[in-house]
Amino acid sequence: MRMFRKGLAASICLFVTGGVLAQDIAVRGEKIYTAAGAVIENGVVVVRDGKIATVGSVDEVSVPAGIELLDAAVVTPGLIDAHTVVGMVGFLSQADDQDHLERSAAIQPDLRAIDAYNAREPLVEWLRGFGITTIHSGHGPGEIVSGQTLIAKTRGDTVAEAVIVPSLMVAATIGEGAVMSGNGGRNTPGTRAKVASMLRAELLNAQSYAEKIAAALDDDDKEPPPRDLKMDVLADVVAGDTPLLVTANRHNDIMTALRIAEEFGVDMILDGAAEAYLLLDEIQAAGVSVIVHPSMARASGERENLSFTTAAKLINAGIPTAFQSGYEGYVPKTRIVLYEAAITLAHGVTFDQALAAITIDAATILGIDDRVGSIEVGKDGDLALYDGDPFEYTSHAIGTVIGGELVSDTIK
Amino acid sequence: MIKISQRPRRLLRVLSLGLSSLLFFSSSLALAEPIAFTGAKVMPVSADPIDDGVLVIDDGRIVAVGAAAEVRIPRDAEIIDVSGQVIVPGFVDTHSHIGEPAGGDRSAPIQPEARVLDSLNVRDAGFRRALAGGLTTVHIMSGSGHLMSGQSIYVKLRDGNDVTSIAYKRDDGSVDGGMKMANGTNPRRDPPFPGTRAKSAALVRQKYIAAQEYMAKLEAAGDDDNKMPDRDLGMEALVEVLQGERIVHHHTHRHDDVMTVLRLQEEFGFRVVLHHVSEAHRVAEEIAAANAPVSLILIDSPGGKLEAQYTDLKSAPALENAGAKVSFHTDDYISDSRLYMRQAGLGVRAGMSPEFALRALTLAGAEMLDLGDRIGSLDVGKDADFVILSGDPTSVYTRVQETWVEGQKRFDIDDPDDRAVAEGGFGVLQPSVLTDFHGYGEGH
Repeated sequence: MRMFRKGLAASICLFVTGGVLAQDIAVRGEKIYTAAGAVIENGVVVVRDGKIATVGSVDEVSVPAGIELLDAAVVTPGLIDAHTVVGMVGFLSQADDQDHLERSAAIQPDLRAIDAYNAREPLVEWLRGFGITTIHSGHGPGEIVSGQTLIAKTRGDTVAEAVIVPSLMVAATIGEGAVMSGNGGRNTPGTRAKVASMLRAELLNAQSYAEKIAAALDDDDKEPPPRDLKMDVLADVVAGDTPLLVTANRHNDIMTALRIAEEFGVDMILDGAAEAYLLLDEIQAAGVSVIVHPSMARASGERENLSFTTAAKLINAGIPTAFQSGYEGYVPKTRIVLYEAAITLAHGVTFDQALAAITIDAATILGIDDRVGSIEVGKDGDLALYDGDPFEYTSHAIGTVIGGELVSDTIK
Repeated sequence: MIKISQRPRRLLRVLSLGLSSLLFFSSSLALAEPIAFTGAKVMPVSADPIDDGVLVIDDGRIVAVGAAAEVRIPRDAEIIDVSGQVIVPGFVDTHSHIGEPAGGDRSAPIQPEARVLDSLNVRDAGFRRALAGGLTTVHIMSGSGHLMSGQSIYVKLRDGNDVTSIAYKRDDGSVDGGMKMANGTNPRRDPPFPGTRAKSAALVRQKYIAAQEYMAKLEAAGDDDNKMPDRDLGMEALVEVLQGERIVHHHTHRHDDVMTVLRLQEEFGFRVVLHHVSEAHRVAEEIAAANAPVSLILIDSPGGKLEAQYTDLKSAPALENAGAKVSFHTDDYISDSRLYMRQAGLGVRAGMSPEFALRALTLAGAEMLDLGDRIGSLDVGKDADFVILSGDPTSVYTRVQETWVEGQKRFDIDDPDDRAVAEGGFGVLQPSVLTDFHGYGEGH
């Protein structure tokens, strides 16, 4: 096991320089929503060396001389899209650049998102224009285990510049979405039960693999098993070190996911969860967070029973909840979490809850709240500027700051 | 502003409406008393908003609309206090695929004879979703996987048991609708479908020339049955197109595809509404100069397919500024009918005026369906189709409270069943055929 830890640490080091074009900037806002306390009226945020240095009322915080100063009606933390495939798929839906899903096998945890992520994909810039500064992108739903995910800032010309967490979760699908999805001549899995059994079998293999490695480390006479990329990743999953992001929409599939999480002690995050409103107690008891389907996802297929009120029910049940843009195969090619969150405002979610679900709560679910998600001293200088209520479609995103650098000043 | 009509000549009108409509109206006749909605902000679209407005309806029509101080409410009227709310005309969706609308099949790229009338499922959950979104009139059409996929249908979301009872009718009693056409990416397939844009245009031109010849034979025959050409269902529909009786509703995205539509329109003289028009911002002046109305959909992001690469919200203000007519549509299933109002919000975001955006949800669409004299604004004599909103139509905080069609309340947020449809949830949207429709692979 120790060798994986070392490997992971090394790859993080490679990327730690990502996004560090440290800058100083100050932003004055008529309202500053910090996602870490009450709104600050007539406030100012100062970013030094890419990190938030001070935040407070303009009466209390002095802006250092010579620093670039921006003004906005509303300032929020840079927004977080808690699950997308932007960067993994080309925006024109051409067959040769849809790299979110490999169909050759049902279980491929070894597929790394960093080996496909395109930092220059136009939709990355598109999202950035709305104040979205951090995305959780990677392999999408559609196979039992489709591959890994990553965390990127929405800037940078290369994957190394953009990515801040090269491998965050392993993406899995339980339910119809993973059934008969091979197309490449495969005829399995063909049922829900088979999906679950194949996933369980592979997690058992990973447990066994990890045990053999541990045994070899303890006993010089024992040989470790041959290195297996798939098993390396799944061993981290069964150890609870790498979360399993499980797309499950129907109530029975959600229960299957929770059952498997319990059986293997997996750190699970539910994705989609269209029928989660039927299982609030169960999800809460399992201590599982939910990255809920886009509010405007089409009510069809496995999501035909989705509700605009699901987010409100999850949040009000105390279940950590974040919004996502999801995956779209057609038009619109990506959704925008700001717009998706906005739809829930007329369906029971409050302004503060909605904002948290695209900032601090998303960061916490993704385990990156030490760096992003709120305007607090020491966090990344990622800010979103608006000319009014950010959720109103009639307002505009007017500026996006990442690491203290103004990376977008288009009016969107 | 005071608008109080004469009491409608109820009997005469009912007699002229035909049997199915008579059945529908019989219940309202029995109840027959006017209803006055008071206290709301009334946005008639055809006139300036009225802060403390009154809307009076009777027997399925609007009989008065104006400021509280000026409208005389009939003595026998039921008064409904909707203080703090906003009344707007019933929304008109100029492009939708609710109700399983199938047109032509895979046998040919041009099939004007196929009618959505013959495929619509009035029990599809899409109709209930539409009412929850404030829609009262919907233009339902087949897909864009053909150069011409068939005859569309204009539907009123009244309570109907079959397709003819919800269809708009022309004066002669026939079902009213348009002709769906498409160019660009979607109709391109293996033969007999076209493989290029030039071939697409050539096939369409050849068909319209045939229709011109058919029409000439009809005219030459006059009343002489012996000279009449054999009946041809497709040609008959295309003659209606050439005569301006049936409007062409044309899927088109790229700027050059838009110009191709306008070129064909000029050659053959049909009436056309341009639909989707991703690149309208690039040819807004040309569209306005051709006097071609646009049925627009505003999409959250560009792409998804090649021809939507340059889609941009700025088409909305560009068309308004150029003086073009603009309506919105859902393209349901592309966007959900329950979320139709957000089109106006997105339009305003891009720079459209709020007045023009509300008109695009209502009256502009009605006019594009030749229904502007019956619906689309809150004017005396028009159908009592309206929506009661909790706030401004461009706000994300606003919800549809009630949807009224011809004086009947068809959606009520306080009704648990209706609320369930508005919000979604277990089983309420079944039967839903969204997946099945997508399965046609025709694109939109």
